[in-house]
Amino acid sequence: MEDKIKEYEVVIGIEAHAELATKTKIYCNCSTEYGADPNTHCCPICTGMPGVLPVLNEKVVEYAVKMGLATDCEIAKFSKQDRKNYFYPDLPKAFQTSQFDLPLCINGHVDIFVDGVKKTIGITRIHIEEDAGKLIHDEFTGSTLVDMNRCAVPLIEIVSEPDIRNAAETIEYMQTIKGILEYLEVCDCKMQEGSLRCDVNLSVRKWGAPNFGTRTETKNLNSFKSIQKSIEFEIRRQIEELENGGTIYQETRRFDDNLGTGYAMRTKEDAHDYRYFEEPDLAPIVLSDEYVNNIKNNLPEMPNVRRARYMEQYMLSEYDATQITNSKRLANYFDKTVSLCNNPKAVTNWIMGDFSKMLNELNLEINDSKIVEENLANLIKLIDTNVISSAMAKKVFIEMFETGKDAKVIVDEKGLVQLTDESAILKIVEEVVNSNDQSVSDYLAGKDKAIGFLVGQIMKLSKGKANPTTVNELLLKILEAKK
Amino acid sequence: MELYSLTIHEIAKKIKSKEVTIREVLDSVYSRIDNLESKVNAYINLTREYAYITADKLQKRLDLGEDIGFLGGVPIAIKDNMCMKDVKTTCGSKMLENFVSPYDATVIERLESLGAIILGKTNMDEFAMGSSTESSYFKKTVNPWDITKVPGGSSGGSSVVVSCDMAFASLGSDTGGSIRQPASYCSTVGLKPTYGLVSRFGLVAFASSLDQIGPFTKDVTDMAIMLNAIVGHDDKDTTSVNLDKKDYTKSLINDAKNMTIGIPREFLKEGLNPDVKEAFDNSINKLVELGAKVIDINLEYIKYSLATYYIIATAEASSNLGRYDGIKYGYRTDKFDNLLDIYTKSRTEGFGEEVKRRIMLGTYVLSSGYYDAYYKKAQKVRTLIINDFKKVFEQCDVIALPTAPNTAFKLGEKSSNPLEMYLEDIYTVPVNIAGLPGISVPCGFDSSNMPIGLQFISSAFEENKLLQLAYTYEQNTEFHKMKPNI
Amino acid sequence: MSISREEIKHIANLSRINVLDSELDKYAETLSNIVDMANEISKLNTDDVKPTAHILESVNVFRKDEVKPSYSREKILANAPTKESGCISLPKVVE
Repeated sequence: MEDKIKEYEVVIGIEAHAELATKTKIYCNCSTEYGADPNTHCCPICTGMPGVLPVLNEKVVEYAVKMGLATDCEIAKFSKQDRKNYFYPDLPKAFQTSQFDLPLCINGHVDIFVDGVKKTIGITRIHIEEDAGKLIHDEFTGSTLVDMNRCAVPLIEIVSEPDIRNAAETIEYMQTIKGILEYLEVCDCKMQEGSLRCDVNLSVRKWGAPNFGTRTETKNLNSFKSIQKSIEFEIRRQIEELENGGTIYQETRRFDDNLGTGYAMRTKEDAHDYRYFEEPDLAPIVLSDEYVNNIKNNLPEMPNVRRARYMEQYMLSEYDATQITNSKRLANYFDKTVSLCNNPKAVTNWIMGDFSKMLNELNLEINDSKIVEENLANLIKLIDTNVISSAMAKKVFIEMFETGKDAKVIVDEKGLVQLTDESAILKIVEEVVNSNDQSVSDYLAGKDKAIGFLVGQIMKLSKGKANPTTVNELLLKILEAKK
Repeated sequence: MELYSLTIHEIAKKIKSKEVTIREVLDSVYSRIDNLESKVNAYINLTREYAYITADKLQKRLDLGEDIGFLGGVPIAIKDNMCMKDVKTTCGSKMLENFVSPYDATVIERLESLGAIILGKTNMDEFAMGSSTESSYFKKTVNPWDITKVPGGSSGGSSVVVSCDMAFASLGSDTGGSIRQPASYCSTVGLKPTYGLVSRFGLVAFASSLDQIGPFTKDVTDMAIMLNAIVGHDDKDTTSVNLDKKDYTKSLINDAKNMTIGIPREFLKEGLNPDVKEAFDNSINKLVELGAKVIDINLEYIKYSLATYYIIATAEASSNLGRYDGIKYGYRTDKFDNLLDIYTKSRTEGFGEEVKRRIMLGTYVLSSGYYDAYYKKAQKVRTLIINDFKKVFEQCDVIALPTAPNTAFKLGEKSSNPLEMYLEDIYTVPVNIAGLPGISVPCGFDSSNMPIGLQFISSAFEENKLLQLAYTYEQNTEFHKMKPNI
Repeated sequence: MSISREEIKHIANLSRINVLDSELDKYAETLSNIVDMANEISKLNTDDVKPTAHILESVNVFRKDEVKPSYSREKILANAPTKESGCISLPKVVE
């Protein structure tokens, strides 16, 4: 099967939906704050009662233009809103007010880095629209419950060109988009709260085939893990289907995180004639050059600029700089930690290494962890001043992550201060050398690897506290003397 | 003279001077209602208790010397497609039979802030779709001039209550003629303001780019007063204009000498009832007598108004009525097996025939493959009609037409053929397409003593010209003084 | 006839309205008549004409991003046919 997969080219286009961090909804003054009790952030307008009319939130336009400018889009001089008509219980008006053929932003792009290689992903368009409500399935009573708090929360839909070719690129793309949204502060990007999610349009074709294959759309993915798994699943599914002589149907799909499988939604054949027409209750949007330039001139430092700065100022590799600057929160964390311990390389290594690993396992963001910038800085300082060894630091870090205690506190509590006193180490080295004749002989006979065993014994005897560098120095000295 | 038979300007004065108490006025109107309602079926719902509570509050304030507004204590009726807080707003439909609105339409807030008392909600064609009020789910309103005939529609109830003194004035809504036509059928004054002059917030939408709220009154003076009350920008309605406030009572000038009236003779050649034609011609002659100048005008595209209307209005309606889905409020069917059932059965059972017909038509003209040929084309023709009117208003102040080609027809006469019914709107629809203001005033009766209406149309935001000409005509004729014998 | 039975079925489905088989012909006829009337406009040359989507020529009508109190849940759900746990409820018919 793996060989078969290699015969196919995968084509992916992403539609990302980002909830804008405005205070109020797109067409009414209800709060957009997350987590309220059901149906407590509602009014006749966002719940589609008879007789109501929408009024557009000025910040929605501003935020959409910001994102457009940050992704190098052309901002439309004239744009309008349209009704997309369909029936679903989470859509009170039975139409979604969106933008059909004249969106606010078009023809942009972002650059992503995969395995150090830069690739440009085109952005077809960015438009404004309203979110739908939430349907909750009550397991106990069997009912479907409708919560309209999320109705009319403003969204921007960011549509990419089908330039993406695999899951890794998709993740990078979404990370990049997320990064920009955070930098602009137009979206809080809390994926677990649903404020950033995406639909994956995917098709496959044999390499060299002239036309695209039929694509499916997997909707509403809201974690990088599920994006990755759903893409892998769908690639496999489509190729298997084609290899078995089957057909790929253009359908809407979902991905079940728990089961790890995708499934098609039951659609009716004529389901999607949306009968778009211009929203008669909303005036067109005509943006002057002045308006656009004003926003352009006030954009914050963009991720790619910050990335370049890190590479130059801190000598970070392009890869490391990209990873860190992709998230504004991460970059800010980095900056603060570096300012406290003055060791950008170490900070980078910790963030890119153990810290990242542990955060990803728990699907956490850096600001959600118990380790604040001061803690990490202190840990690095302890290593730099040789108070603890790097090996010991790894253990301390785990404890910091779990308890939130400062490194110094943990080291003191557990008595982990590194043993640096040469004479003390020498004593232990001599003891180990004297009780391990065989290993010593092996080493002297040319088996270099035997030294590892001796080092291990020394570390054991010193309860891991001996400074490894000193240990190595002294051990070699003694062994050399025996030659 | 019974209090209920007075005009707004007369009763407001009596209330202010304390010649009568507000309670007395209410008593008079409600007893009139109790007397006639079973005959005319004009009200869906009376807000009697609330009216009396309001009356007492207003009276108290008045007695303390406060200014209770220029409509202080004046009882007014509202068409049942305008949301009123804590009161049922049914739109004449089973779909909203028990819907209680949690908010007030802006026009109701305005009226109440000026001291008006809401008497109740009047009957209408379901969701304002119709020209006879016969499609109401609840009852059939009849024409007080002949109870075997229709009152016109869709604001039939609102016209009837004013015609019979069951309210001092009322509000209706006009999408294709739904104020002007029933005004002409019942001999009341009805005005559809320029699109954007009156807030639509709280008006249950039928066709968003055509709907406007407007008053029914007993005379033109009252019309000016009502306009003063309801006109004005509303932040909650982005299609409402922000213009300097006019005092429409300043247009009540008895003088037609500097007015040029344009008449689209070509357009009136066919389909006009001879009695209506005669009354119309007499009216024009009268106006000429009074000093107005009359010219022939040509509205090249006006004959396409009905076609344009039925595409645009139904398209917008099909979308506006999507929200009536049996899910969140309104009628929900009680037997269903799945979600599709809830939608389809609730809507099929909750809507009447005309509404379903128009929804389907609207869905059709917007559907994939037909959008360009119908909807987009209609929007282009709309531009042609708008420009037509603009050109004509360079030559005249006001256009005059009969309001409707016929007088009120018999109940049931046109129910079987929708197209025939639609043709009754032929002189009113172009005005909505172009977003212009139009007024209908009584101008005579046919051989069966059924009222005939005279319509004036002006350029956008020139209601002052309409009022002046209408006032002049009214003051020099007696038609506005005639009341039905009921 | 301009609109066929099949098309009526399709439109009815899109509109979420049920038309019985026995009513299909009548619907098709009535709607076709109206559509034929409306189709008069196809005769007109509108090549250089811009469509009118809005009567008024206003643009950029916005409001400020300021929170105002929402309606209470009671008011929002007051007209719901069925409710449960502070939400509108539907028997489990939604996938």
